[in-house]
Amino acid sequence: MTVALALRLGDDALILSHRLAQWSSRAPELEEDIALTNIALDLLGQARMLLGRAGELEGRGRDEDDLAYLRDEREFVNCLLVEQENGDFAVTMARQLLYSTYQLGLCEVLRASADAVLAAVAEKAVMEVAYHRDHAARWTVRLGDGTEESHERMQTAIDRLWPYTAELFESDAVMPEAAALRPGWDAAVDAVLAEATLRRPADGWSPTGGRRGLHTECFGRLIAEMQHLRRSVPGARW
Amino acid sequence: MDRAERVRALVADVPDPEIPALTIEDLGILSAVREDGDTLVVEITPTYSGCPALEAIREDVERRLRDHGHTGVEVRTVLAPAWTTDRITERGRRRLAETGIAPPPPPHEHPTGVPCPQCGEPDTELLSRFAATPCQALRRCGACREPFAHLRAHR
Repeated sequence: MTVALALRLGDDALILSHRLAQWSSRAPELEEDIALTNIALDLLGQARMLLGRAGELEGRGRDEDDLAYLRDEREFVNCLLVEQENGDFAVTMARQLLYSTYQLGLCEVLRASADAVLAAVAEKAVMEVAYHRDHAARWTVRLGDGTEESHERMQTAIDRLWPYTAELFESDAVMPEAAALRPGWDAAVDAVLAEATLRRPADGWSPTGGRRGLHTECFGRLIAEMQHLRRSVPGARW
Repeated sequence: MDRAERVRALVADVPDPEIPALTIEDLGILSAVREDGDTLVVEITPTYSGCPALEAIREDVERRLRDHGHTGVEVRTVLAPAWTTDRITERGRRRLAETGIAPPPPPHEHPTGVPCPQCGEPDTELLSRFAATPCQALRRCGACREPFAHLRAHR
């Protein structure tokens, strides 16, 4: 169970990190370029520790790089939310708000994990993710409660990503506590949306399957890009 | 001085690759040096999960020990207890200020204002919550108008 959990969280962090890194040199302003890549870096560090631990526990001799670069699409168990395309800046911030609120709640629980490595990674991550969340919340408020156009775009972004949040709270044997995270997440997200003068979307269509390796269309292109160098030039070194 | 103490003294002043005015001891990255059977273990703690300096620090520590003829030493990364800015020593905070980086608040104190490290002016404003390294933010002084980095509280 611990292997599966480390893999899920490691994949979430890796894929979200990759998406954020795609903003590098393309963000709307220099400060935000640095912010997004710094958040990506924190997540990449978390991914390395989590995938490293998953490989260790799995006992098949795979290290963090093998897990990141040599698994196929169907073997990744990240949630669908983190793989969604960057879209405009509002979509990226909405994704960050929705995911980091969930990640923060999850890490707070995992600090008490029986696995010492997972507990230690979660303990570190809580401090980092709280800052990521705060950053995304500020932008959500600034854009939501901003101009007519920024409000419209922020609402569209939240509406577009909302369906992918239901998956986060599906409890199963690997994450029995997932459903219990929902009330805390609801309260935190609702507070930000209210301050941002945004409407909470109605729950409806809610795609799922990421935790079982069933991904959305954009994911194949993401891992093709992410894994290309390692697969084309095996054993390449700096 | 036993071997562990000698090794600690030897590696304590390895500079941080990103803020070379500070040592790994100043920053609280050097956690422990202890004997583990025949092996001497040097424990280092990453500041942020993704800190890219950690690999460089590991290599610097290993090179320093090798150059002084120490064998059977292993550099280990330890995650717990997690690094916080409270681990930065008093000397570390002083050196940060001398370098032009506003230090974090002293251990267990609430963050209050961030005075300008250049002129001491208490009235400063936040320009960007992220800056050159994951642990810094960018601010500007209200008096001398100089921008400066702030190693923000992380705990």
